[in-house]
Amino acid sequence: MEHLLGLFVRAVFIENMALTFFLGMCTFIVISKKISTAIGLGIAVTVVLAITVPVNNLIYNLLLREGALAWAGLPDVDLSFLGLISYIGVIAAVVQVLEMILDKYVPFLYNALGVFLPLITVNCAIMGAVLFMVERDYTFAESTVYGVGAGVGWAFAITALAGVREKLKYSDVPAGLRGLGITFISVGLISLCFMSFGGIDI
Amino acid sequence: MATPKEVLVDPIINNNPITLQVLGICSALAVTVNMATTLVMCAAVIFVTTLSNVGVSLVRNRTPTSIRIIVQMTIIASLVIVVDQAIQAVAYDISKSLSVFVGLIITNCIVMGRAEAFAMQNGPWLSALDGLGNTLGYSVILIAVALIREPLGSGTLLGYEILPRVTDGGWYYTNGLMLLAPSAFFIIGLFIWAIRSIKPEQVEEAAYQIAPNLQYQEAM
Repeated sequence: MEHLLGLFVRAVFIENMALTFFLGMCTFIVISKKISTAIGLGIAVTVVLAITVPVNNLIYNLLLREGALAWAGLPDVDLSFLGLISYIGVIAAVVQVLEMILDKYVPFLYNALGVFLPLITVNCAIMGAVLFMVERDYTFAESTVYGVGAGVGWAFAITALAGVREKLKYSDVPAGLRGLGITFISVGLISLCFMSFGGIDI
Repeated sequence: MATPKEVLVDPIINNNPITLQVLGICSALAVTVNMATTLVMCAAVIFVTTLSNVGVSLVRNRTPTSIRIIVQMTIIASLVIVVDQAIQAVAYDISKSLSVFVGLIITNCIVMGRAEAFAMQNGPWLSALDGLGNTLGYSVILIAVALIREPLGSGTLLGYEILPRVTDGGWYYTNGLMLLAPSAFFIIGLFIWAIRSIKPEQVEEAAYQIAPNLQYQEAM
């Protein structure tokens, strides 16, 4: 249990998806002008990560990994080279299914998240978390915790950046830095702040 | 209609994918700690984007709009698998230090973005040039960032010593910040500033006009 808690804290703060690994940067920079949309996108990413990371963990361990097909009588087959294409397929499918379920049963959430859901398929934070899960060989429980943690960390980061940018638009920025330039530098400063979590170890 | 030369050259500075279109930033920042990984990454992205643009462009008239994303994804993912296996076979050490970022070319917005914005409307030859031009623009920024980060961060370039380090009896104290994540953000931010100072038409509109401060005149 403590081990899982430690993993969660590490995924949220120390190994923050956006600020330490630069994942999901494109959406992170483009959709962080308002706090409310940033929170909506953060929640959507967290939900998708919490589903796709464990699902891909099952696929990897039961189908793709070397020797994983032993239950089907094929102990020598190694399908791990098909990894990339299966993970992205699973992510695209989960996002599509989630969109339909939300549309039918939770319309208010669908209206809030609707525009962001298709964008999430190509958000590198999702694919990145899945690939890290494979590389670090997490178990099913670990990958669930890691998926949620990575999502929460990303949501924190984009909300923080949106907060900074909402204030920043009232300030007098040099012409060439206006918009994209100053956003990059603010992200750099937020990233420096998150590095102070580096010493924490549970 | 753009000429082939414009399609190829325009994205390198005028319409750079990183500093203007905000595409493909994720990997741009993460792999630039040293030059060797940067070059391998650039080569991989150039290969994947050019060929995926050609592929998408070839099937553009036969793909129904509703499933085009899946079709594009399949083309891109197959190319990335080829690149990933090739790098693992030829340069295993570099593939370890690139870790997940080769796989992440699939979700690199440059590849998807150009397939969607250009290859869906144009023939294979122009699409190939567009893919090549955009990824060259991407490579220029990546190589420039790596050119700052590697010498200042570890005193080397491509593994050769440029600035003799204090630990080896030289005079250069390595700057640890350059090896960490935030430095990449600062460098790209400053690049954007530099490019926009040269090309003022790229400057964004201010969201609010700041009123001049008149209080001190009233106090007089």
